[in-house]
Amino acid sequence: MNVLDASATTIRNEIVAGRLSATDACRTALDRINDVNGTLNAFNLVADERALEHAREIDRRRAAGDALGPLAGVPVALKDNMDVRGMRTTASSRILEHFVPPYDATVVRRLEAAGAVIVGKTNCDEFAMGSSNENSAFGPVRNPWALDRIPGGSSGGSAAAVASRCVPIALGSDTGGSVRQPAACCGVVGLKPSYGRVSRYGLLAFASSLDQIGPFARTVADAALTLTALAGADPCDATTANEPVPDFAAALTGVVNDIRVGVPRAFVSDGVDEQVRRAYETALDTLRRSGATLVDIDLPHAKYAVPVYYLVCTAEASSNLARYDGVKYGYRSNAAKDSLKEMYSRTRDEGFGPEVKRRIMLGTYVLSAGYYDAFYLKALQVRTLLRRDYEQAFERVDVVAMPTMPTPPFKLGEKASDPLQMYLGDIFTVSANLAGLPGISQSCGFSGEGLPIGLQLMGRMFDEATLLRVADAYERATEWHKKTPSL
Amino acid sequence: MPTTLTIADVERIAALAQLELTDEEKHLFTRQLADILHYAEQVQAVDTSGVPATAHVNSTQQTERDDEPRPSLPTEDAMANAPDAAPGAGLFRVPRVIGG
Repeated sequence: MNVLDASATTIRNEIVAGRLSATDACRTALDRINDVNGTLNAFNLVADERALEHAREIDRRRAAGDALGPLAGVPVALKDNMDVRGMRTTASSRILEHFVPPYDATVVRRLEAAGAVIVGKTNCDEFAMGSSNENSAFGPVRNPWALDRIPGGSSGGSAAAVASRCVPIALGSDTGGSVRQPAACCGVVGLKPSYGRVSRYGLLAFASSLDQIGPFARTVADAALTLTALAGADPCDATTANEPVPDFAAALTGVVNDIRVGVPRAFVSDGVDEQVRRAYETALDTLRRSGATLVDIDLPHAKYAVPVYYLVCTAEASSNLARYDGVKYGYRSNAAKDSLKEMYSRTRDEGFGPEVKRRIMLGTYVLSAGYYDAFYLKALQVRTLLRRDYEQAFERVDVVAMPTMPTPPFKLGEKASDPLQMYLGDIFTVSANLAGLPGISQSCGFSGEGLPIGLQLMGRMFDEATLLRVADAYERATEWHKKTPSL
Repeated sequence: MPTTLTIADVERIAALAQLELTDEEKHLFTRQLADILHYAEQVQAVDTSGVPATAHVNSTQQTERDDEPRPSLPTEDAMANAPDAAPGAGLFRVPRVIGG
């Protein structure tokens, strides 16, 4: 068995059976990271020693006859905005360049309780703000399929790490598509669970009513396995839901005869690249041939999703990022020693990158006197209308299908100077966050230039089981997920 | 309500956000924020009379718990990342607040 090509499920089973040691699996992943990271810039930090120590502990426990967890010995990468005690968390920002968190995120505790071995922290857009990974203070990640292309963002490093076979599983965070969109760009599976499904404790906050942690994987089954390990209420995060957590992998029956797939024709009619449209139409046909029924639906407010999203997420970000002031942790400017107020403002100007400042400014504006009602409150009302669109659609269908992004991954630098053009590319992903719904992206083809194209499915609130079942059925009917970049 | 934005507006917002922008940033943000706000104005055309706001999608859930004291992060750990602190005294050192 080649560890690099193996699924998490296979690696775990081989370790349990004694045909593979967790230490060897870990070394193989670390060697692969060492080989490709100079090219991809996918990792901000590789935790070799800690990872090997954890892997050896799995091997010791197996030798002692202890029961091993569902992710025993599986190498996993974390987006660099989730805290591991004693391991630097930078959020790819200068302002946190040397920050070492004093506690573990709940997802870290749950991954490690399941036996996963954390190998390092992945590059991302600064504070998860971006769609191209170009906003990292540590340089962009490159797409493993084409090095001059974006890997997507903001969790671009996690997507690239999985696509380039450094790890079978990585975690990202998704505020407006930051797991699904890079998954589409890199040709892997990316899952955003329902809001409240996975604890955000120990995740650096960007927009708290939208942020959700989710897995990247190369198969739907691995994403399901990971979600089962991560999900569930957490006393440390009051927004987690008291919903029962099923065994999501057990839901993958391959049967979709009972499934009605909603197709929002009007919403996907404008501004979609022709190759993306063809791949999407072919994917719908594949789902139909697998036994699902296609149903036309209308989402009349979906066209407002991008402006609503950028009004809401920037307002929340401007509040959340007020904590970075050079006092309790993080960078402090040396240029202002005489006044507290000047120290704050110099620290923040020197510590934050341009996109973070732009969003803090926009959020501050829309929350300020005179503009709150016209922008922020109005956006929250349209958010309600958008949720109702989906609630009505889900009375008639079980999942909604659309492209993940309107184009194949574009060139690095192509949209870097025009933030509005960059934002418009988020049209298909931001709705799931605004409505709290689960969404998944998976590979559904390639452009003529060999660039991955993503299919997005969205599901009912807390019904990831059905969502994953449909995605898995699509995966069984196609070969796209088996393709790997030549890197 | 067409959105116009001046350098003075950007300076006012930057002050609210505790950001000391360079002149170059002020000019760039004046243009870019005006573009984005102009685009976002389309939400104002939507009829939202009687529509409640959604600030949070799980807002109906009960999240109370018993108010029992539990161990928390030791002061030393909580202050370990401070740029300038006196952990022994439990204090963060900052520049002068008044005067100076």
